[in-house]
Amino acid sequence: MPVFNLNINNKVYKITAEADMPLVWAIRDLANLKGTKFGCGMAQCGACTVHLDGQPIRSCQMPLSALSKKAKITTIEGIAEPTLHAVQKAWIEEQVPQCGYCQSGQIMSAVALLKTNKNPNDEEILAAMEGNLCRCGTYQRINQAIKNASKML
Amino acid sequence: MKNNRREFIKNLGLTGIGLSIGIDGFSKNVALKKLTAATLALEINPFIIIENTGKITLVNSRPDMGQGSTQAVPSLLAEELEVSLDQVSIIQSDGRSKYGSQQSGGSSSVRGLWMPLRQAGAAAKEMLIKAAAEKWGVNAADCYAEAGKIFLKGSQKSVTYGEVADLASTYQVPKNPKLKDPKDFKIIGKYNKRLDVPDRVSGKAIYGIDAEIPGMVYAKVVHSPRIHDSIASIDDATARKVVGVLDVIKIERAMPHTKVDAVAVIAQNQWAALKGAKALTVNWKSESGKYLNQNTSEYFEAAYTAAKKPGIRAEEKGDFDAHFESAGTKLEAIYETPFLAHAAIESENATVHVKDDGSVEVWAPIQGPDGALSQVAQYLGVPEEKVKINVTLLGGSFGRKAYMDFLNEACDISRKIKKPVKVLWTKEDDIAQGPYRPAMLSRMQGVIENGRAKAFHHQAIGESIAGQVFNGLRPNTADDWLSGELSQENHQYNFEVNKVSYSRVKTSIPVVWWRSVYASNFGWGQECFIDEMAHEAKKDPLEFRLGLLKNAPRFTKVLNLLAEKADYKTPLPAGKAKGIAVFRSFDSISAACVFVSKTDNGIKIDKVVSVIDCGMFVNPDNVKAQTEGNIIMGIQAATKGGITFENNQCVQSNYHDYQVLRNSETPKMEIHIVENYERPGGVGEPGLPPIAPALGNAIFNLTGKRERKLPLGV
Repeated sequence: MPVFNLNINNKVYKITAEADMPLVWAIRDLANLKGTKFGCGMAQCGACTVHLDGQPIRSCQMPLSALSKKAKITTIEGIAEPTLHAVQKAWIEEQVPQCGYCQSGQIMSAVALLKTNKNPNDEEILAAMEGNLCRCGTYQRINQAIKNASKML
Repeated sequence: MKNNRREFIKNLGLTGIGLSIGIDGFSKNVALKKLTAATLALEINPFIIIENTGKITLVNSRPDMGQGSTQAVPSLLAEELEVSLDQVSIIQSDGRSKYGSQQSGGSSSVRGLWMPLRQAGAAAKEMLIKAAAEKWGVNAADCYAEAGKIFLKGSQKSVTYGEVADLASTYQVPKNPKLKDPKDFKIIGKYNKRLDVPDRVSGKAIYGIDAEIPGMVYAKVVHSPRIHDSIASIDDATARKVVGVLDVIKIERAMPHTKVDAVAVIAQNQWAALKGAKALTVNWKSESGKYLNQNTSEYFEAAYTAAKKPGIRAEEKGDFDAHFESAGTKLEAIYETPFLAHAAIESENATVHVKDDGSVEVWAPIQGPDGALSQVAQYLGVPEEKVKINVTLLGGSFGRKAYMDFLNEACDISRKIKKPVKVLWTKEDDIAQGPYRPAMLSRMQGVIENGRAKAFHHQAIGESIAGQVFNGLRPNTADDWLSGELSQENHQYNFEVNKVSYSRVKTSIPVVWWRSVYASNFGWGQECFIDEMAHEAKKDPLEFRLGLLKNAPRFTKVLNLLAEKADYKTPLPAGKAKGIAVFRSFDSISAACVFVSKTDNGIKIDKVVSVIDCGMFVNPDNVKAQTEGNIIMGIQAATKGGITFENNQCVQSNYHDYQVLRNSETPKMEIHIVENYERPGGVGEPGLPPIAPALGNAIFNLTGKRERKLPLGV
């Protein structure tokens, strides 16, 4: 079986897996980082969102074979600086999560947005967050928390 | 950082128990019971555990699926015990009977536990105060409790709960401990951040899907597309060649009312199990004898046929039919709601280990550990004492994870392969296998006399959850679960003549409760039809309702507050409109005003103002959060396509064709809470039922066209 040296959160994990295994399962089951969630398995819900070289991707659609050797992956466990990212602080302040299952993905999308756009307007927030479903319906708080976080950064 | 997973998996080892207070069953006469360390070690954890090391642990007996029970339930204990939640540890109950009913559902946690848990907290506090008084040789009346300590009035003396817990445990538990005046509450009714939120934003919170047991294997269950079919043959040659696949076995999906065949692909990791399942060919033998109205077209045809005949009378004041026959101005309309899937982002999953010694351990996101305990024991034929239930957080549920077919599947697999196994359904299983909210019709009839609503009839038509799931509905009986919600006592409209009837339409499409249960169906018919009657009577819909609710002060207050907050009386410009609805469910009254506008792309929902009277509540912010969620889910139920069955199988399969609301579709939401000292009502569901009818009424006011069938085209 192929071996992949995956750089996740600046730590190298030696992963032995089939080349077609989607990244989400390598992260969850082989690197044992459970913060990244599996949702729909077809890039409809965004629960599995992680960063690949800083860009948000749906890890359920990314086979290990498609990752370059230099790929840097960041998961929810890797954004804290040093304890909590400004986006996470804003999420707590706004009391965003209900069940919280989608929130790792929501936060990864929000962190990626604020990295490239320090002060997004409403349309830009919606465009960046449209791929992340929340069945509990926390969207109004998510959008407010992103605005609050942008002021903290 | 502590290792949550390890903490979660290891057994709770309680040491140095000083005082522990439990509740002996949740019968109507609640009895507080002191639990000794010996009984603790044997079987139970009580609700309050004060160790003489000073550590205080409170038990949350209602699984948290996002509704905030992790905060709300321990708050009831903490308020009376005089501790703050950041001073204590909170653990989840494990289903043992000493915790009473542990099912999160029916918006029941706070309203059901309101008195018993406050009494448990108050009793423990009285015993601790008594112990401190004895220790100091003073009167208990001169001592008071605050923030986990007992203080002697007018002195510097204080002692922690832990220091007097041993002595306190020697006393009888007071039968009628003095409860605080709600006006003195420090936690209940106040804004407090939920303390589990940091874990939920940092990937540390443990959901069912995250359970990891040493030696565990993974399973993907392949289900029959037509739900009830049996296996003719299995071709697993290709599946077994998938790297990581360990086995392919025939299993069963045991639903509460029926068992059907299924196949499990067992693998070393989840991906291999999914891949193996794709490579598997199962030849299903059609069990057409088991299909009953298993196409939605057949079901609705049967329902519309039933609508032409009288239903079973559930309640009647006056002779409705006589009034209707002779009435000058009468209205009649049929309203339709579709089947809906719950579609939580975390699909159904369970991890089960049926061990060699005959004991069983479960880790699962389930709504009721007590139900799971008895179900697993019964299903596997083992005594309940040998079953241990570990409830994880639920990644959404909305009713679905109270129906534990997926847990039985994991039990069946583990007993067959003799290993711990995690079963994870895919979103396709979740969407296409059910159970669903039943589709329903409301046949509405009304009589207007002299500009007033005189007579009203709601005929509810469709499958009964009690009937199908629990085989609990006798023939020619109205499902009182459903008719209670439609009763005049519930809606409070003072029609002179009022009738509720029910016509059951059976289906083999699996059904179960869905957020707000039947209220999510029947709010649509009831509240749109009230508007129809108002228009017929040439009255404003708000004034019309207020006229019918003269003897219902809480309804009146809710509607008046809604009118004020929504600026109801101010006319909107052309191209904009609003609509209202009010519905009581789970002991709470909720009303909504939905604002819509015409755009080039059709009708847009601009804003929703919601008012809820849920009596006393724990955390106003959580009431708002739940109501926001209800608005979002209510809009989905009203505007997105439902579940349909063709060729006896579900047409939809994932979020692309069973759509839930996305971020950009979120209207501006404003939530207002009626503050009073009424008995607590539910919070997790009552905000939902008024949303669809308020939207339907708004659309009528915008377009002049009365929509009676969901989903609406917005």
